[in-house]
Amino acid sequence: MAKVPVQFTLNGSEKAEFIESGTTLLHALRDKIGDTSPKGGCHQGTCGACSVIIDGELRLSCLTLAETCSGADIKTTAGLAEGGVLHPLQRAFLDAFATQCGFCTPGMIMAAKVLLDRTPNPSREDVVEALSGNICRCTGYEPIIQAVLTAARANSQNAA
Amino acid sequence: MELRKDYFADVRKDGLHEIGQPRPRLDSPGHVTGKTAYFADRNFPGMLHLKMVRSPHHHARIRSIDTSEAEKHPGVVRVLTAKDVPHNVYTILILIQIGPEDETVLADGKVRWRGEAVVAVLAETERAAQEAAAKVKVDYEVLPAVFDMEEALKPGAPLVNEYHGQNYYLYDSGECRKVRFGDVEAGFAQADHILEQSYRSSPIEHAPTETTGCVVAPEGNDRFTCYTNTQAMFFTLDNTSIILQMPGSKLHFVGGTVGGGFGGKVDVIVEPIAILGAKLTGRPVCFIYSREEEMQISSPRAAEKVVIKDGVMKDGRIVARKVTGYTDAGAYSRHSPYGAQKGAAHYPGPYTIPNVWIDTYCVYTNRTPSSAMRGFGVTIGDFALEVQMDKLARLIGMDPLEFRFINAYRDGDMKAHRQPTEGAALIECMQEASRAANWPVAEKYMAMSSYKKGA
Repeated sequence: MAKVPVQFTLNGSEKAEFIESGTTLLHALRDKIGDTSPKGGCHQGTCGACSVIIDGELRLSCLTLAETCSGADIKTTAGLAEGGVLHPLQRAFLDAFATQCGFCTPGMIMAAKVLLDRTPNPSREDVVEALSGNICRCTGYEPIIQAVLTAARANSQNAA
Repeated sequence: MELRKDYFADVRKDGLHEIGQPRPRLDSPGHVTGKTAYFADRNFPGMLHLKMVRSPHHHARIRSIDTSEAEKHPGVVRVLTAKDVPHNVYTILILIQIGPEDETVLADGKVRWRGEAVVAVLAETERAAQEAAAKVKVDYEVLPAVFDMEEALKPGAPLVNEYHGQNYYLYDSGECRKVRFGDVEAGFAQADHILEQSYRSSPIEHAPTETTGCVVAPEGNDRFTCYTNTQAMFFTLDNTSIILQMPGSKLHFVGGTVGGGFGGKVDVIVEPIAILGAKLTGRPVCFIYSREEEMQISSPRAAEKVVIKDGVMKDGRIVARKVTGYTDAGAYSRHSPYGAQKGAAHYPGPYTIPNVWIDTYCVYTNRTPSSAMRGFGVTIGDFALEVQMDKLARLIGMDPLEFRFINAYRDGDMKAHRQPTEGAALIECMQEASRAANWPVAEKYMAMSSYKKGA
């Protein structure tokens, strides 16, 4: 199988790899680059556990070919905390008991981040809509929705 | 959260410091930062990928297996069949003396359900393993299959599992688990009304977000580290030790992080064959169910059938209950004999009934083997029992909650399996529930207590 070069920014750092053509971004991140924060739950674009942010857009890394990401700015949950300080979303998920097995958590947090970046003061319906592509099988969605709303409030207080 | 400390204030200690206090989960910081290490987050240089060749038939004799084309496929390192497995026939609960061993790690001579593992292919990449698996040729002679529990119990039904010799699990109490208490026929004779109903359930898949799997690394000295998402570490360690005929000291299991389980990860299916692959190739091995496999292959909750016959008096007292329960184990036992047994203990419900007669059967069919899932053996039973309770209340024109107060077991009552009731608190739970749901019940029920003074 032909190998192709791919170069992108991951959480602020330059990454360059030769990958087999057809490799998904999920596999490239996890197996080549070593960022295992995006999780492979279904590998068919239905569970949302592999969600990452590419150039500001929420994307399913299991359905994104790594070779299409050259020059992109990619963000994952592993890069969200800055200087050892948790992002308000991470803090809120921690405090609101919004994680259980934790497998869906990185994808949930990425989906929530895209929402808050665009809509700093979302309604409950906005949050439900934004998380609708992410499946959780154990916590139930209510603590997660509450965590996102709490993080939004914390953000607006910081901004004020 | 409100704690009602007035209940049982005179009979219990109140030195509780944890209940009602929020406590952060220990593993949560890892979850929110993406640092929690699940088994599939371990990657080893030279790791092989294992793919299973699975039976397309519900029931078939294997005439021959030809792996020659698969072995020649580029990237294939090793192909495993039944003869490579040191102790190929096992059963999980043999560790607690529940036998006979009735399930093959890799099919030997016969397949008993559609999806059964027949041949394991180990290759350099997932894709090569998948392509090679498609080249394995298995010649099957398709046999008649049985999918319905009542059909399976009829004389002349196809025999699902030769290790049992009949299509039900043989308990030491006979063909079923039995509870006998009082005289159930005398109870029915005395009853004002009798209601007999059947309840059925379908299998239910757990659908964990993280699929079942493991990653095995050889550590040298014939020792192996297995990173796994098992929910039953010691069942897995000990069964692997039996299947591979290796002392437990050679097997190092690392678990504790499970991306969703709900009982679906208590079986011992992926680890033994992955460790065997690592042992025979000397290389790390990764065996992960695809989403399709997780949905089709992993053990579901058992399908059940429950037949409940109750005798009830006009004043609301249940005087007789006869229950026949059927648990569909699928082709192999796994945890189902235990599930059916739990049902026998559970069917009297949280009620005091003077005459009880219960039989529960664990039945073998050519369906996917069922196993543990959240209260397996009693959850469907509770659904059936409580629907039955509502129907009984309607039959005698009584409020369904008041009907339950009349029959609720209370401390000191003798249960059908002759265990005196202790610490029931059911009356108090129903009182709180009636308040929370705004469902009024007569004052005499609000004055009742589970704790009978002097009992």
